[in-house]
Amino acid sequence: MAYTEEELKKELETKEYEYGFYTDIDAETFPVGLNEEVVRRISKKKNEPEWMTDWRLKAFEAWKNMDEPEWANVKYKKPNYQAISYYSAPKKKDQYKSLDEVDPELLKTFEKLGISLDEQKKLAGVAVDIVMDSVSVATTFKETLAEKGIIFCSISEAIQEHPELVQKYIGTVIPIQDNYFAALNSAVFSDGSFCYIPKGVRCPMELSTYFRINQAGTGQFERTLVIADQSSYVSYLEGCTAPSRDENQLHAAVVELIALDNAEIKYSTVQNWFPGDKNGKGGVYNFVTKRGICHKNSKISWTQVETGSAVTWKYPSCILKGDNSIGEFYSIALTNNFQQADTGTKMIHLGKNTKSTIISKGISAGKSQNSYRGLVQVHPRATNARNFSQCDSLLMGNQCGAHTFPYIEARNKTAQIEHEATTSKIGEDQIFYCNQRGIDPEKAIALVVNGFSKEVLNKLPMEFAVEAQKLLEISLEGSVG
Amino acid sequence: MEFKEKLLASHLAFEEQIDFSDPVHQTRLESLKTFEKKGFPSRKDEAWKYTSLNALTRQDYALFPKTETTIELKKVKKYFLYEIDTYKVVFIDGVYSPFLSDTTHDGLDVCLMSAALSKAKYRKLIDTYFNKTTDKEDSLTALNTSYSQEGAYVYIPKSVVAEKPIEVIHFSTGKEKALWLQPRNLIVVDQNAQVQIIERHQSLKSHDVVTNAVTEIYAHQDAFVDYYKIQNDLPTASLIDNTYIAQEKNSSVSVHTFSLGGKLIRNNLNFYLNGQHCHSTLKGVTLLQDQQHVDHYTLVDHASPNCESHQDYKGIFSQGSRGVFNGKIYVDQLAQKTNAFQQNNNLLLDDQATVNTKPQLEIFADDVKCSHGCTVGQLDEDALFYLQSRGIPKKEAKALMTYAFANNVLESVELPILKKRINKLIAEKLGVNLGFDL
Repeated sequence: MAYTEEELKKELETKEYEYGFYTDIDAETFPVGLNEEVVRRISKKKNEPEWMTDWRLKAFEAWKNMDEPEWANVKYKKPNYQAISYYSAPKKKDQYKSLDEVDPELLKTFEKLGISLDEQKKLAGVAVDIVMDSVSVATTFKETLAEKGIIFCSISEAIQEHPELVQKYIGTVIPIQDNYFAALNSAVFSDGSFCYIPKGVRCPMELSTYFRINQAGTGQFERTLVIADQSSYVSYLEGCTAPSRDENQLHAAVVELIALDNAEIKYSTVQNWFPGDKNGKGGVYNFVTKRGICHKNSKISWTQVETGSAVTWKYPSCILKGDNSIGEFYSIALTNNFQQADTGTKMIHLGKNTKSTIISKGISAGKSQNSYRGLVQVHPRATNARNFSQCDSLLMGNQCGAHTFPYIEARNKTAQIEHEATTSKIGEDQIFYCNQRGIDPEKAIALVVNGFSKEVLNKLPMEFAVEAQKLLEISLEGSVG
Repeated sequence: MEFKEKLLASHLAFEEQIDFSDPVHQTRLESLKTFEKKGFPSRKDEAWKYTSLNALTRQDYALFPKTETTIELKKVKKYFLYEIDTYKVVFIDGVYSPFLSDTTHDGLDVCLMSAALSKAKYRKLIDTYFNKTTDKEDSLTALNTSYSQEGAYVYIPKSVVAEKPIEVIHFSTGKEKALWLQPRNLIVVDQNAQVQIIERHQSLKSHDVVTNAVTEIYAHQDAFVDYYKIQNDLPTASLIDNTYIAQEKNSSVSVHTFSLGGKLIRNNLNFYLNGQHCHSTLKGVTLLQDQQHVDHYTLVDHASPNCESHQDYKGIFSQGSRGVFNGKIYVDQLAQKTNAFQQNNNLLLDDQATVNTKPQLEIFADDVKCSHGCTVGQLDEDALFYLQSRGIPKKEAKALMTYAFANNVLESVELPILKKRINKLIAEKLGVNLGFDL
């Protein structure tokens, strides 16, 4: 007897989040709540210099006077910011010299994730700075990078060892009062990554970090700062998976990129936080502020694959300040079940001859809502600015929604701006064609979705592209119907 | 006293002029409350992000003209489509002018809102249609409703084809230094009926006039409505136009908006597609100079399956003018097989001009074809050079290309005489004589 589509649907609906497991490691966690004292304690815990503490307190002051934004096209129960613990660190926080010293529990976690450290070390030349609940526990390939003068470490380490760089650049792209979540992050960020590429250096490997939210009830406040000095190049990867948890978890990260003259930064993200179960229960709130500034002749390229999170609020942006600078944004946002995503980009053209490209692919299935929100702004001084935007949406089933909110503001006559958007569904004949050739509906949909997303997937570094493709398939499971 | 306060306080004076017993008075009072609660929209409202009414509402305006004015036909003849025979409903400073008008009750009704409100025989129609399509939460519409009394009333009965186009013209004479007008139009097109309407607001002298107009259009099954808005006013006149269109099965409605002059123009154009197989067309040409500001805010609400909507707005901006386009296509979960298209192209002719555009799609159904495209740019240098190399002076060449840019919209104008007029107007604005009969 043939296995019917109905059965398949049923089976998939009950399929649990594959990466949903919980590592039992002793962790030191602050009591819940947020006040000035907590901010001071975090800062003290991390043994930070005074300017950093002041900076955090200023951010906290700003945050207290701000309201949570409501303009995004998402609906969720606002988190109670006083019911979150703002610091959680694995207890044994001595630096490890080799893998043997690492807590075996932790290693097991990474194995489940399919990123065994030693394999990573040998393979592909990827240096992994693993952040597990806020504190960096292992950094590989550090020496190779050090030879070139590249600094790649956790941000707390950078504050200790390279305070001049951190002080000079932190908060310059995203000021502490930028928005509600950025201010919160600035006040309480526990850790994150720091990367500095010196003048004229081409980073020989893809830098990457894996974030995982682990401790129940802790928010994750990552802070990433990437500085590419003149004529340097770096490709940075960020990937996330989070264990399944019932209550909503908050993730408010800040990423700042600085590309000085002639530099190039490529920043890729694969995001797969726990999206909540099929009834929309649980899931991560992902409220991220990402922004880069381009100086003369430089280039920043954002690539993202968003498949997780119950609610996503994320707009990786480029400020094209220098003449001839280039900003790019490639995105795939996939929502299923009750997920909601409001994501897009801002391209602010300030310099002459600046160019930006936006390719956004939204896929909505189940009862999810997927929005693209973008801004292309050409200032009067930005002569010959050029923008091309394309937003395509794919709808699967008739209970989901796809929305587009592109803002275009042109104040220079030489500006050339193009925007186009389409919405469609997967063609029945496409599926039929695949079925005819013995490909089941599930696989057929994965195939079509992959084709739809190809333009963006191609922009990802090899290792990531494979993972991302797999992610798309997993995330769409159970959406056939 | 702030102008909002004045509007609220003057309502008592307004009530003295009207008949209390008319069927819509309760609606007026409710709307006044809405306006009192909401006030004028500010730039904090997402819908008014790029257009500020502050400069307008800071001033004081007369709400009721003191005296009735007559104007000689020969002075205003050029504003009419005098070459052809039309029905006319003409208002001078908000007051009906029987002398300039040409109304009818022969087979169809082309008359006054005030008459429709006061006569018992129209009661049923007013009860069924008045203020039924409008957005009850919109403060400007509510303000208009609270003062609604005068305007055009058009009723085309079943299977009647209005053989003459209808012109609705509002003149302001400048007798009052500053005037605030609130005309209210109701157009009901019954089954299988057809009508063409041209609406125009014109001030005859430089003076501050703000028109906050509301037009409701009902297109029943198989009805056909062809509506033209000509906005070529003096640089002192402002217009807030709220148009609500409800379409039933198989009906076809098209609205062309030509925004060629005025201080501030805001067009809120709302289409509600309530029946299957509706056809909607929204087109516009905006050609602005100086400090003029035009904001097109459109909504096409696909509430039923198998409908088709087509939007095409062209904007040409120079010399500090500002253009805003905000187009929203909403596709309900029920509205499968929807085909919605939206396009907005803009030309920036110099650096002082600004364009802000926001084409939105909100889609809840999966089997649909929805797309939008939007561009901002300037004239193609190569094409310009080509024309010049063939002996066409730069100015003419530019005008020719600009004209070609806007032509997509002009092509679908069904009234040849109107098309000719608008062509002439555009050429005039571009400062050239194109040398061929357009």
